[in-house]
Amino acid sequence: MNAHMPVSERLDATGNGNAIELRGLSKYFGALAALSDITISVKPGERRAILGSNGAGKTTLFNCITGDFLPTAGVIRFFGEDITAFPAHERIRRGLRRTYQISLLFSGLSVFDNIYLACCGVSQNRFSFFRPKKDDALITSTEDLLGVVHLEDVRDTIVEELSYGQQRQLEIAMALSGAPRFVLFDEPAAGLSPTERSELIEILNGLPSHMGFVIIEHDMDVALRVSESVTMMHNGCIFKEGKPAEIEEDPEVQALYLGDGHG
Amino acid sequence: MSITEQNLNSAGMSGEQAENKPEEGYFTRLLSQVPAGYWVLAVVLLLMPSVASNFVLFQIFGWTFILGMIALSLMFLAGYGGMVSIVQMTVAGIAGYMVAIIGPSAITDISLGWPWWINIPLALVIATVFGSLTGALAVRTEGIYTIMITLAIASAFFYFARQNYVMFNGFQGFNGVLPPELFGVNWRGPKAFYYLTLFWATVSFLVVQYVSRAPFGLALQGVRDNARRMEALGFNVTAHRIAAYAFAALIAGVGGILLTWQSAQISPGTIGVGPVIDVLVIAVIGGMKRPIGPFIGAFIYVVLKTFAIDILVSLGMSGDRFQLLIGLGFLLIVFFSPDGILGLWERLRSSKNRDPLLDKDGGGL
Repeated sequence: MNAHMPVSERLDATGNGNAIELRGLSKYFGALAALSDITISVKPGERRAILGSNGAGKTTLFNCITGDFLPTAGVIRFFGEDITAFPAHERIRRGLRRTYQISLLFSGLSVFDNIYLACCGVSQNRFSFFRPKKDDALITSTEDLLGVVHLEDVRDTIVEELSYGQQRQLEIAMALSGAPRFVLFDEPAAGLSPTERSELIEILNGLPSHMGFVIIEHDMDVALRVSESVTMMHNGCIFKEGKPAEIEEDPEVQALYLGDGHG
Repeated sequence: MSITEQNLNSAGMSGEQAENKPEEGYFTRLLSQVPAGYWVLAVVLLLMPSVASNFVLFQIFGWTFILGMIALSLMFLAGYGGMVSIVQMTVAGIAGYMVAIIGPSAITDISLGWPWWINIPLALVIATVFGSLTGALAVRTEGIYTIMITLAIASAFFYFARQNYVMFNGFQGFNGVLPPELFGVNWRGPKAFYYLTLFWATVSFLVVQYVSRAPFGLALQGVRDNARRMEALGFNVTAHRIAAYAFAALIAGVGGILLTWQSAQISPGTIGVGPVIDVLVIAVIGGMKRPIGPFIGAFIYVVLKTFAIDILVSLGMSGDRFQLLIGLGFLLIVFFSPDGILGLWERLRSSKNRDPLLDKDGGGL
């Protein structure tokens, strides 16, 4: 319904300046409230970590923001525009990007082709019947992204032959295609070795400063080193918000994370 | 290794790696990727009329190229897009009916008799529109439901054409549908028709091969592998799938016009449920991984269909059981090689080249 409203109405007239703004977002699966009444705003360029135990609703939140699910209630704004009812591809074309917790890659295609497809998706060329020339802009940006995530050496390898860590890096490269304005990273560090973790931190901290992101991360160490604010989720609700240091010190958070559940 | 090179290499001929060559023109680079075997095949096919009989040229090869094209349109949808559309023969039949209705035929009461330069493009446009509409209905379904919907459309059109006398001339259909005598050539002459069908089959083959590596084709393969991820990359998956149906319909339409010219007639029998499913059989026998597969399948199908009667009669069986041979052949191929003759050929090759110590090639039977 929102897609048919004039642009002036869809854009927030006051321009509240948030990259992502969620108001009263809820998602029910039958009687189960996966998300209830989530209200969050994230500024452009801000780096936010979302923490929380399994089943806290973190990935559901991402799925609602990117349009994999439609929320049961609530409003999603992306740079002021109400995108609540947009199909996923329309959100992506507006500069929203995400990675998946379990890599969703095209396993039969090469690394290069995976990134190239990602670049096509956000360009006008996605319907082109003509093969690209060697100096094509999309080819160039694909080569650049290979460099950003250090995958030049495996550019022509078929994805299913990559190591797990390399697949995670490829996942990130695909999320950085085109001109992303805001990226959602869903547990990019899960399953990575300590070396790969520090490489990941390096890649995340090396992103241009105007590019904000939200990162879901179980590993506190990674989360706190790449983010400037933290949202703690529990049972589909927001539990705490604050600076990394505050959250780390918070007795309630510590109880939730370090023992209460096990006691 | 990118898809094309990998495809061509595994097709059994050593493909030149484009990257190893000094930077040449775009076109030269494309040509250098064509494996030697395809050049040999091209020369053999071009010289065929100097040795082969008229029957072989017109009936065996002409028909092979035409059925190959129609099956190619299915291969494009099923192999690259993961959408098994049973409706491709119907799309071809619609193009055939349209040249008969819009252009000249022996049924002068119905046929408008318009010249070929309106007639043929219009027929192709109508076939493409029909293919796209079918696509729009079918793309929201997956797997067996796509098959059911397209089969339903195919049989609905068959019954409609058979019962409609105002436009489709019912059971009789149209006869005397002849190709225009362009450049003073009788295009139904065996040699002329051979080259005509060879030309269009080659064009469709090359176009499909080319598009498979262009953004459109690559994205279609992405949709096949992971539609949800394609949405998350900014692709409109539904629109992409419908566009694939439109593209496939155009190829099938060209095939359908040639098919109509070959027998100089089109009737409901051309688009009955039997022929409609035969297209699927052809594509499966040949293999749906690469565009050459449908042509291999069509050749086997045509040879079987043409000579099965003689073989059966010589074995003392009734000649009208030729479908039995096709059915048995189909069963054997599907049983031993689910990816068709192409797959069989690839496995033979890889087991020959396999390193017995490392077992590197992996694709054993």
